[in-house]
Amino acid sequence: MIGRLWAIAFNTFREAVRDRVLYNLILFALLIVGASVLFGQISLDINRIVLINLGLTAISMFGIVIAIFIGIGLVSKEIEKRTLYTVLAARPVRRWEFIAGKFLGLVMTLTVNALLMSVGFFAAVLYVSHGLGRGDLSLVTAIYFILLEFVLITALALLFSTFSTPIFSSIFAFAIFAVGTFAEDMRGFAQMAQGVTRWVMTGAAYLVPNFASLNVIGQVAHNTRIEPKLILLNTLYVFVYTAAVLTASVWIFERRNLK
Amino acid sequence: MTRDLRVQTCYALLLGALLTASTMLVRQVDRVRSDEPIQEVLYIPSPKVVKRLSLGYSGLLADIYWTRVVQYFGNKHKAKAKEYLILEPLLDMTTTLDPQLLPAYEFGSVFLAQKPPEGAGDPAAAARLVEKGIRENPQAWRLYYDLGYIYWLELKDPAKASNAFERGSKVAGAHPWMRVMAAALAAHAGETETAIYMWTNILNSTEDQDLRANALNRLRCLRVDSEVKTLQERVDLFTKQSGRLPSDWQELIGAGLLRGTPADPKGNHYRLVAGRVQVENPDLFPFITTGLPPGRALGDLPGEANFKVTKTKL
Repeated sequence: MIGRLWAIAFNTFREAVRDRVLYNLILFALLIVGASVLFGQISLDINRIVLINLGLTAISMFGIVIAIFIGIGLVSKEIEKRTLYTVLAARPVRRWEFIAGKFLGLVMTLTVNALLMSVGFFAAVLYVSHGLGRGDLSLVTAIYFILLEFVLITALALLFSTFSTPIFSSIFAFAIFAVGTFAEDMRGFAQMAQGVTRWVMTGAAYLVPNFASLNVIGQVAHNTRIEPKLILLNTLYVFVYTAAVLTASVWIFERRNLK
Repeated sequence: MTRDLRVQTCYALLLGALLTASTMLVRQVDRVRSDEPIQEVLYIPSPKVVKRLSLGYSGLLADIYWTRVVQYFGNKHKAKAKEYLILEPLLDMTTTLDPQLLPAYEFGSVFLAQKPPEGAGDPAAAARLVEKGIRENPQAWRLYYDLGYIYWLELKDPAKASNAFERGSKVAGAHPWMRVMAAALAAHAGETETAIYMWTNILNSTEDQDLRANALNRLRCLRVDSEVKTLQERVDLFTKQSGRLPSDWQELIGAGLLRGTPADPKGNHYRLVAGRVQVENPDLFPFITTGLPPGRALGDLPGEANFKVTKTKL
């Protein structure tokens, strides 16, 4: 089973790495990180803040775009090209293994991308700050949270990919990402509502992915310490929520008639 | 039960369990994040730039900024903060994005005007915000009322307050008592009786339970202010007549200056400490300006009732 999962994951990774669009996006993200050094210089006394805000935002946004655009095609492309039949019929691969393998492959791709972009980012921080200190550890936390964002959005893109066309999947994925960034506000609204609306809003607010707590860019830009408990809880949350989304993906995929 | 049904049930149960676990984790995350210090930073400080960046969706963005204002204010209020550093810029941003967003002017001015920890304690900023609202919405008579209220009660400038009520009274649909207020303020600048008149008007003209509760609270506080003032005059008179400070209320009753031991609107007896009249429990009267114990400055009082109005109205 592990061997089959690894084979699918590695193939997904290899396929994604071959995609030239991916390199363009990484290059563009690195350019923005580089440009943030310039933006910082033309502002007043906020060089480092601009660099961190813009740099981490670029890593996050481009990673999300990559996750969605590759994630939405993971299953639908295989169905379209009819390669899925070969994989599922000719080889002893179960459907859930296919989904999990695809997911792991894309997460691997995004981790490598994020690492590449982070190297560029830290080089820029080093250039601006003339060194790295203990306080810069919070930047690593922020990048880790960005990686958790990628894991969540990859799982969601994959979920949409199991039942919808790539265009609709990308719309759904972007929409749920946007809604997820307002998850905390939604819970705030829910608390202010009354009666049935309150229940419906509360349910919806907890059902959407909680991207809000994964974005600590503003805090680390101002050297605010990130609570270790938050790191632990966010990790657990992403793990559990991703498991839920993948369960739903497998459930839908199992019921699909692929013939 | 068929195999297919069993599989479906397993998937459903697993999904339910995972979503429940994720909900519990989000609640824990919220708890951790609520302890974090509030960010006092505006990433894009220029409202005009934000408006351009909104690509025409400035209405939605204004709503989001307004939500941020409410949350920022709520969190700071909860933390009993003494400073609200980005409240004014946030409100400026909101009202530039959507100049017709009247609640932002009305409630925003309350947030700005009230003394810390009830608000930012910056009535001048509150007046600027409402003036901006009036420029953008000259037909919104409530804004003139808000402005008059700020000039009168917060900035202690009855002349400008009267002017604001006067301007507002000329707007079509304005409440008739706006004109009365303008006249009353012009004649009795800063009098407690005028304040009682105004809050009674509010009490009688609104169906909103929160506003009514706030008006009642204000009226109770004004009554305390009025009673403390009268009692202090009697105490001073006794001191003048007898050449010494009275030790208790009985002495004033004995001298025929009072008919009984005076009590505040909550039924507690007023205290007489070293010739000064004080309320028994100042926490019950968050807006009083007289009768406070020594060391208890104005604005130190909780005034929870007033916050409830602003919060629930949103």
